[in-house]
Amino acid sequence: MAFIHEKHIKIVGVSACVPKYIQDVSNIEVLSIEEAQKFTSSTGIERRRISNKEITTSDLCYSAAKKLLNDINWDKETVDCLIFVSQTPDYILPATSCILQNRLKFRNDIIALDISLGCSGWIYGLMTISSLIKSANFKRGILLVGDTISKTCSENDKSTFPLFGDAGTATAIEFDEEHVGIKFHLETDGSGFDSIIIPDGGYRNIFSDKSVINVNFETGITRSPVNLVLDGMNVFSFGINKAPQSINSLLNYFKIDKESIDIYLFHQANLFMNEKIRKKLNLPIEKVPYSLKNFGNTSSATIVLTMISELKELLKIKRCSIIACGFGVGLSWGSVWFETEKIICPDLIEI
Amino acid sequence: MEINEFVQNFAAQFDETDVNEFSANTLFREIEEWSSLTSLSIIAMADEYYGVKLTGDDIRNSKSIFDIFNIVKSKL
Repeated sequence: MAFIHEKHIKIVGVSACVPKYIQDVSNIEVLSIEEAQKFTSSTGIERRRISNKEITTSDLCYSAAKKLLNDINWDKETVDCLIFVSQTPDYILPATSCILQNRLKFRNDIIALDISLGCSGWIYGLMTISSLIKSANFKRGILLVGDTISKTCSENDKSTFPLFGDAGTATAIEFDEEHVGIKFHLETDGSGFDSIIIPDGGYRNIFSDKSVINVNFETGITRSPVNLVLDGMNVFSFGINKAPQSINSLLNYFKIDKESIDIYLFHQANLFMNEKIRKKLNLPIEKVPYSLKNFGNTSSATIVLTMISELKELLKIKRCSIIACGFGVGLSWGSVWFETEKIICPDLIEI
Repeated sequence: MEINEFVQNFAAQFDETDVNEFSANTLFREIEEWSSLTSLSIIAMADEYYGVKLTGDDIRNSKSIFDIFNIVKSKL
């Protein structure tokens, strides 16, 4: 069982950036008026932020990082590592973290690396950067997590396109001898690798003429093999099973009192699934914030985006005990316990 | 587990269809109210009442409520 306690690591601040353009679910062509209403009542999603062709994940993360670094007043010279987590990088190669190192004007002698994960990405990224800071005796690191997942969806696929929005986030992490640290539970099951997949364009199915041919699967579901495919039933079955299990494992292993947690932050998959998870865990609704209504499912960005859009004022003034849980593509999932004390949370940035 | 109870639990996932329309032999895709959301409710019902994890293929490969009953039973 993958349990990790990274002592003396703390989150100093978080920020999030979204594209300016808002698309309402009611304006999506592939959904009829009745379908759009049903979609919103079951998923909780009313609108999403959608990137234009020019905006990439690194642009969103860059803006989030620039604002955060400014507000926490870190000298750029003091940042020792940068981790970028995304499945919509700027290029197949080079790694987007290298581009961001240069753009953010960090030193050359920092460690910069990419991690390819989605819904569980912030948790895995947080674990990796915490371990790195500890093992290398670093002082500070910045974790950039986000996706422009809307770009992967066929606009004519009602099973994906209405669900997803775009966002980029930044999390500032620091070594602090006095701090209790961060506790993790992480798991993986690659037998479900094709439950959420973009079949073509990698090196298993190299991009070809056939990759852009649209295929109609059923009414309202037309896509090509370079588009995102989501097996909703498998993902739902996985989510309602593994997310509660992971949180319970974390609570039990580290002997954390369930009632002592102020906020439970779930990956924002969709309301129907998330509410099943919340009810299985017997959590009161006021402890489980949602940002789905205005942003949809933003893949790896959902947890930090929810902190900014729903909890910013609370996080700025109060000490909070938080459990976050990410679950999805991979299949990969995990939970994390951490405490924040008056962290820096700039207003949501729009570009 | 017992088939009549399973049919009742299955029927409870529908809002508009009369409960008397459901039997073990009901071909659930032919119920007008059946949708992708109902399929998720069935998966949730199997999880909640029987602790069984149904996959997308389990639902896709089934025709009648009895088919799903048998899958759930085999996974108990």
